[in-house]
Amino acid sequence: MRTDFAFVGVMLLVVFGAVAVVPVLNGLLGPKKPNAAKQATYECGMETVGDAWVQFRVQYYLFALIFVLFDVGGVLLFPFALAYNGVAIWSVLVVMLFAGTLLAGLFYAWRKGVLTWD
Amino acid sequence: MDAIFDSINNLVKIIGDAIAGLVGSLLPHPISDIVVMALGTLAIFIVVLTLCAGLTYLERKLVARIQDRIGPNMAGPKGLLLPIADAIKLFTKELTTPAAADKWVYNLAPIIVMVFAVLTYAVVPFAPDVIGTNLNIGVFYIIAIGSASTIAILMAGWGSRNKFSLLGAFRTVAQLIGYEVPMLLNLIPIIMLTGSMSLVDIVERQWNTGVPFLIYFPLSALCFLISGLAETGRSPVDLLEAESEIVAGFHVEYSGMKFGLIMIGEYANSLAIAVVFVSLFLGGYRGPILPPYLWLLIKTLLVFFGFMWLRGTLPRVRIDQLLNMNWKFLVPISVVHILLIMFEGKLFVTDPARIAATGGILVPVLLQAVIMGGTSIGLLLGGLLLAGRSVRGERLQHDADMTARRTANQKAAMALVK
Repeated sequence: MRTDFAFVGVMLLVVFGAVAVVPVLNGLLGPKKPNAAKQATYECGMETVGDAWVQFRVQYYLFALIFVLFDVGGVLLFPFALAYNGVAIWSVLVVMLFAGTLLAGLFYAWRKGVLTWD
Repeated sequence: MDAIFDSINNLVKIIGDAIAGLVGSLLPHPISDIVVMALGTLAIFIVVLTLCAGLTYLERKLVARIQDRIGPNMAGPKGLLLPIADAIKLFTKELTTPAAADKWVYNLAPIIVMVFAVLTYAVVPFAPDVIGTNLNIGVFYIIAIGSASTIAILMAGWGSRNKFSLLGAFRTVAQLIGYEVPMLLNLIPIIMLTGSMSLVDIVERQWNTGVPFLIYFPLSALCFLISGLAETGRSPVDLLEAESEIVAGFHVEYSGMKFGLIMIGEYANSLAIAVVFVSLFLGGYRGPILPPYLWLLIKTLLVFFGFMWLRGTLPRVRIDQLLNMNWKFLVPISVVHILLIMFEGKLFVTDPARIAATGGILVPVLLQAVIMGGTSIGLLLGGLLLAGRSVRGERLQHDADMTARRTANQKAAMALVK
């Protein structure tokens, strides 16, 4: 069990090491002639106007909120799916209630117009 | 004769065991384990890289054929050396870093894209007993690792401090996190029937019952494929790098091999989706006559061919269409699908021992598959009918609005002329 996950750790380190070499190698092989125009932020050849780190529309945030709702809900369904073979049929009703609550949340957001992109 | 077949079938395992034995005889115990793991990791890494390099060539050739071009034909015979030429070119390019960029985030992002793309392959079984590590949370691990690439893309977009990059990154967040939900939900029916999250168990169950999960859950397969495409940001849903709108999206500021890493990372990601799809729905490495690793390769390439075909044929969708399809179609239908399958799985049982424990009707496996597959297809058709009707209604309404506006404009213009 422990060695199962140890593999993931070893893999993370080895692959990270192997991949991190690539940009370094590229830095050694490629030319290095930086200048101000080259390092300016790209904007289709125009002079850069303003900063990119601006406030963004709230719609993205609302989508992220619904995502969290469903992701957590989905993760909670996984243990039930694993135990599914051992439980009685009425427990499916309980999950139905749970999933129904999730869907009700989605439909509420839908009716409120959160999901409409304009 | 059987011995020869066995050795061909288990070729990868035999080589691996030989290397592990050699390392074990040379080094003391705990160190040798780690070295064997590291070697296995490198093997996976190299196989994935080689496949991706080959596939970039294949994809360019295929898309060119679809678009009535010849495609790459200069580097080597029939352009076969193109991936190598590309690598050399990218390696000798200058690495530019925008002066305004957040250096750490900017430089780390391509590495993270690549690392987490390769990490997915840790739990994919390539042949019996040939697997990085048979985690008991296999598919869950894949979802978790998959969402790390979302963070990497957001890092790239934010770190570049470029308007196009940031726009691409925000689209990514809306798209990728959205499509993670149907992906997650559509794994649940498979886990329910298998009773395990390990990919090896899922593959073996399909082989033992003789019915791949594609027949059980066509709807899940379709949803998984669509959300997999959206998750890896491939055309026709490559909104995060839409060339015609936001030049290249989140990777516009990257040059040289930093760009190369992002590119290969995305490729490795879509290949991973293809492999996982094959393991989940098409029986993975199992198949008659041919050795298992060949079966896996053939099936994966077929699925990936489908990806290339889609890329060559379909135009890019708009972001509102993409998000609508996810939240208003895939997610509700997936939840309903899970609930229906839950009831049917309890009603129609294939294992006599479980009837005694929890009740139900005893049916053969094939009948169970047909019942569940029928439900799946019926639900899909019903959902499409409903969605189609509502979309048609919206479109007619829009047409009527436009006509009314046009008539009003014409009237106004006529009044001016008079």
